[in-house]
Amino acid sequence: MTEEIIIAGFGGQGVLSMGKILAYSGAMQDKEVSWMPSYGPEMRGGTANVSVIISDERISSPIISQFDTAIILNQQSLDKFEHSVKPGGVLLYDPNGITKLPTRKDINIYKVAATEKSAEMGMVKTFNMMVLGAFLKVKPVVTEEYIEKGLKKSLPERHHKLIPDNLKAVEIGKEIVETIQTV
Amino acid sequence: MAKELKLMKGNEAIAEAAIRSGCDGYFGYPITPQSEVMEYLMLEKPWERTGMVVLQAESEVSSINMVYGGAGAGKKVMTSSSSPGISLMQEGLTYLAGAELPCLVVNVVRGGPGLGTIQPSQADYFQATKGGGHGDYQLFVLAPASVQEMYDFVFDAWDIAFKYRNPVMILSDGAIGQVMEKLYVGDYVPRWTEEQIHENAPWAAFGKPATRDHNIITSLELDSAKEEIHNQKLQAKYREMERNEVRFEEINCEDAEYIFVAYGSSARIAQKAIQLGREKGIKVGLLRPITLFPFPTKRLGELSKQVKGMLSVEMSAGQMVTDVRLAAENRCKVEHYGRFGGMIPTPHEVLEAMETKIINA
Amino acid sequence: MIFNQEIIKPENLVYTKTKVLTDNVMHYCPGCGHGRIHRIVAEVIEEMGIQDKAICIAPVGCSVLAYNYFNVDSLGAAHGRAPALATAIQRLYPDNHVFTYQGDGDLAAIGTAETMHACNRGENIVIIFVNNGIYGMTGGQMAPTTLIGMKTATSPYGRDIHLHGYPLRITELLADLPGTYFITRQSVHTPAAVRKAKKAVEMAFQNQKNKKGTSFIEIVSNCNSGWKMSAPDANKWMEENMFPKYPIGDIKVDGVKVSK
Repeated sequence: MTEEIIIAGFGGQGVLSMGKILAYSGAMQDKEVSWMPSYGPEMRGGTANVSVIISDERISSPIISQFDTAIILNQQSLDKFEHSVKPGGVLLYDPNGITKLPTRKDINIYKVAATEKSAEMGMVKTFNMMVLGAFLKVKPVVTEEYIEKGLKKSLPERHHKLIPDNLKAVEIGKEIVETIQTV
Repeated sequence: MAKELKLMKGNEAIAEAAIRSGCDGYFGYPITPQSEVMEYLMLEKPWERTGMVVLQAESEVSSINMVYGGAGAGKKVMTSSSSPGISLMQEGLTYLAGAELPCLVVNVVRGGPGLGTIQPSQADYFQATKGGGHGDYQLFVLAPASVQEMYDFVFDAWDIAFKYRNPVMILSDGAIGQVMEKLYVGDYVPRWTEEQIHENAPWAAFGKPATRDHNIITSLELDSAKEEIHNQKLQAKYREMERNEVRFEEINCEDAEYIFVAYGSSARIAQKAIQLGREKGIKVGLLRPITLFPFPTKRLGELSKQVKGMLSVEMSAGQMVTDVRLAAENRCKVEHYGRFGGMIPTPHEVLEAMETKIINA
Repeated sequence: MIFNQEIIKPENLVYTKTKVLTDNVMHYCPGCGHGRIHRIVAEVIEEMGIQDKAICIAPVGCSVLAYNYFNVDSLGAAHGRAPALATAIQRLYPDNHVFTYQGDGDLAAIGTAETMHACNRGENIVIIFVNNGIYGMTGGQMAPTTLIGMKTATSPYGRDIHLHGYPLRITELLADLPGTYFITRQSVHTPAAVRKAKKAVEMAFQNQKNKKGTSFIEIVSNCNSGWKMSAPDANKWMEENMFPKYPIGDIKVDGVKVSK
């Protein structure tokens, strides 16, 4: 199993940390992982993206341009990465701010209204974990037990009290993900 | 040795390795994409644990000269920077090489020339392996291709640097610096005690005991006949490195008809291209130089008798390819494929280049 | 009639050279201040018993070979970088006595950044700054401290402020930095001046022993070769022209600026 993922959105949406938690969880589950951020001018408040690879084998290149899954959190990222999803792959997006919907017919498309749901529940800070939950529902590349371990490893000790809220957000994400199209 | 699993960026691995390998001092100046090295050290405060000194200098010029000072005093000292900063350090590097001082310099390369971009590049190969500063000298150059190697090579660097009394460069790039991967870290190697420094670096300027003459660290020699002898000694040392220290990795070379030659990030991309090529039935392999100086000339020479062609894959306009051609001595076709300025080639692109430039050419 | 053999009898000796200077014959021009400055620095090191702890950082300039004369462990720095070397070594060996010995071109032109920042960090080092207003080693070119109107190889019609800018009083600038603890300007052109300069050097190394921060001693000196004068004339010219621009005396003592 090798899963090559891009997570893309605005800076501040928790894109990088979502990728980090996913990578940590994979590592805890004894998988090979890599986490490769975009860095540079876009670090300063613009778009942010990170590619994460989780694999049972040694990872050759951590730099990838075609993805098994694209997790998309704004329109710019949808425009940029829709065409980089491998045929038969997965596109998961949050509809908040999306005006031009994905058009590909050869990929599986899912929607998670995490922005709306997290605001409604007063859980804005764990928005990204809802998205992660939705992804794990579609592609269970790591099990829940290891998500908790990944959180423990990636969060500093002083933030460990937030882990239950994060896990709850993952659960909500799993519940609210909607299938738009499957191939 | 107890191994502990961590998930870290390449830049952080350099910093963690510095602390664990008994480094005495780090002197640096911020520059993207390697600022995490110093940020990590400042956060970790190793001076409270191992006594390691960490200092943010006023410039790269100053950092490398702090390294010169520390190295001249027999300490394990290092700096890190990225391309424009490394250009500023060339003066210091030639002095370090001339004065035969052991030290570690990490270059997390970005696109150039000039201020260039902050994305990964390998366009500093010539600068790293052919001198860079003035005069006839060589750095010992290690090229990591993973976060684990970023970590491991710091330990190796101290051994090589002190064995040969020569600056060692870890030539990395923005991708390896920024990527986070699994990393197994080992036990702490204690910093050298004063007695160990006196024993391992008896030539150093750490304060003259009454029992010996004063030690002088300098790269200056007013007598050109003596300077020639000094140069001959340096050259002999470089030849010894070529005899003893060449390192490389071969992947799928046993039955290969074509091979990629690539280091660092490009080697990772080439590895993926091998998978794609083998799926198409092309017998393709990879020789990954781990030491760029000394270069695996001999092994490439042997392979040039076995294979039909070699493609040097570099994120540059073609620098290492000159060394590959010298090694192949026209026995097989040698071409270059590269992207520049911070652009990263895809595995598909790389395989296609092998097909168009070598196989079907 | 007194013969040489008698003069050198131990009972007749009134002076011996400090052991912290080697027996190498100095290359400095006759009449140059460097020899005296070397001597007082070396004597202080001997008298304080810190020869085994002293580390000299030599510059590029006339004193590039200072490491051949100071009988202490030494490093030759790249042009202007001595304070960077000293910073690292003093931090790596906090109980040692690291000092730099630099000229005006080295310290106040190419090495301005290293000088300012080492002083601003309050590095616990001693800086000996020899200011003779000219590049001696390279053949008498203009220095940052060259006086207005002064003729040098690169200001053959005299230093013109419109062409070359103003003489730099870097010592006064450094006194403004909180990291500097002791800043003084001395000379070595008379026996009395030599004694005062030596006291200043001693205070600097004492400060260092007590880990007080940066001690900086400017010594206004002559360059009779570069100035194209006899040694006595050069000293006289220095008093009349250099001292008004670079007045002798303490500028900052125990971290407090001396009020004038």
